[in-house]
Amino acid sequence: MQTFEMSQLSSLRRAHRRDRILRHSLRLLGSITGLLVLLITLFVLQEAWPALQNLGFIRFWTDGSWHPLEGSFGLMPMVLGSGLIALGATAIATPLGLLSALFCQCYGPPLLVVPYRRLLELLAGIPSVVYGFWGLVVLVPQINRLHPPGQSLLAGTLILSLMILPTVALLAIASLAQIPSSYWQGAAALSLSRWTTLTRIILPSARSGLFTAVVLATGRALGETMAVLMVCGNVVQVPSSVFDPVRSLTANIALEMAYATGDHRAVLFVSGLVLLAIVAGLVVMAEGISNQGMSSESVIVHER
Amino acid sequence: MTTMMSAATTCTQPLLEAKHLQLSYGQQVAFHDVSLPIASGEIMAIVGPSGCGKSSFLSCLNRMSDLVPHCHVQGEIHFNGTNILSPRTDTLLLRRRIGMIFQKPNPFPLSVWENLALPLREHGLVKSQTSRRAFRQAIHQAIEAVLRDVGLWEEVKNRLHSSALALSGGQQQRLCIARALILQPEVLLLDEPCSALDPLASAVVEELMLRLRPRYTQVVITHNLAQAKRIADRIAVFWVQQHKGQLIEVGSTQQIFNAPTHELTAAYVSGGKG
Repeated sequence: MQTFEMSQLSSLRRAHRRDRILRHSLRLLGSITGLLVLLITLFVLQEAWPALQNLGFIRFWTDGSWHPLEGSFGLMPMVLGSGLIALGATAIATPLGLLSALFCQCYGPPLLVVPYRRLLELLAGIPSVVYGFWGLVVLVPQINRLHPPGQSLLAGTLILSLMILPTVALLAIASLAQIPSSYWQGAAALSLSRWTTLTRIILPSARSGLFTAVVLATGRALGETMAVLMVCGNVVQVPSSVFDPVRSLTANIALEMAYATGDHRAVLFVSGLVLLAIVAGLVVMAEGISNQGMSSESVIVHER
Repeated sequence: MTTMMSAATTCTQPLLEAKHLQLSYGQQVAFHDVSLPIASGEIMAIVGPSGCGKSSFLSCLNRMSDLVPHCHVQGEIHFNGTNILSPRTDTLLLRRRIGMIFQKPNPFPLSVWENLALPLREHGLVKSQTSRRAFRQAIHQAIEAVLRDVGLWEEVKNRLHSSALALSGGQQQRLCIARALILQPEVLLLDEPCSALDPLASAVVEELMLRLRPRYTQVVITHNLAQAKRIADRIAVFWVQQHKGQLIEVGSTQQIFNAPTHELTAAYVSGGKG
């Protein structure tokens, strides 16, 4: 009897020890990851500091143009360029992505849905330089025929929308998959039409997850560099039409970092900081939306 | 009371009748050769051990089995004289006439009001009135009537517009029954409606089922023999034999409990098996 208890006790102690080891190693790995993000931000801030001190934050928005060698550091056209490309891409990718997700989760026959999902996953895995290359040799000449020069806001928007489409679709599929099947069963038993089921029950319940999908995809669009750099033409200007070339913040950093010195270099870090801030803001927003969805048990109370 | 009811119902034409019904998931046969007539207005309880095909059988009766992939149903089910397994059957119409209540209460994540108004509006059950106000009034009347029917009105009348998910489990289940009743079905299929509820809440649901008889024909699966004894007019006993579900005995509640003909039924009701 006593030996039995002894062996139980030692196995319990062993289990506790394993738990402790696992807990500590997970904590370590978690803090390394968090620390990395913090260090990168601090580094960017440190490198941007001289510019912020010498020129002041306001000048980046008030300077009329971007001529860093002549001391003119207007970031506005590029912030606008990044914003327009990302918003345009989101505007195109959101409906397509949501419809793809609805097709996968609610309408498509399994025989078609499985390869379709694989295709979306493949689309997510294609390197951005390949998208850029394809855009340059296929898309840009087509747009050029429509309205020269071809390398333009439109080209960037289209390429980017293709690139973030799988992000929207796969995240939306994941959030639709979380809807309890009892909602579907309940709706079927009440012979609600598929349209009513989707618009009144399923989509409102998945609302927060779908918003998160769109916001994260926008973040990805803002950060994208290579493909945008290859198809947008990179002229620093406020575009007057979708056929005008634009330069994004990311492309600007990639293009000029190699030879920038002094204030010029520091200003590039400032633009990096701006990008970081925008993307961080989007992630916080996405987090906020999904938490809100959880806390209220995704309850939708309609007006009479 | 129970015996009178069953005596009255057995002599009429069955409302719903399964004939040599078999259901399989892929190669796996869930149950086979089930023939079961269900009379109008009666409460038919289906009992038996887990995995004997009770829920599968129930889901055939309003073609919810269509929603399960690789599910194949053979045989016939006659409802008001037509075979509902025929591909020409309009399942939307069928499920309006044969409502279903699930094991776990599944109100939609909407307000109490909207849970009931949604199916009402979807099926245009409230006649369109001359004014919006009159229309809303008509919906309100229908909702109040059905909530009174399930004994929920007094409990929820002050929170019709707050979430249905905030109700207790028993209240949620009664709301789900109300939601099914608002379509004015002829038959209610109840798949272990009390198994997720505490004894008090399930007593309320039981009492409700008795009150709904004989206005609605009810087919109820239960794991609780005492409950079957309390509420059912007739009982169907399912059993697993050679890895297939089978209907081994049907009879009035009194007969199943006092004079079972099948030895497995006798063992089951006396607590020896199952």
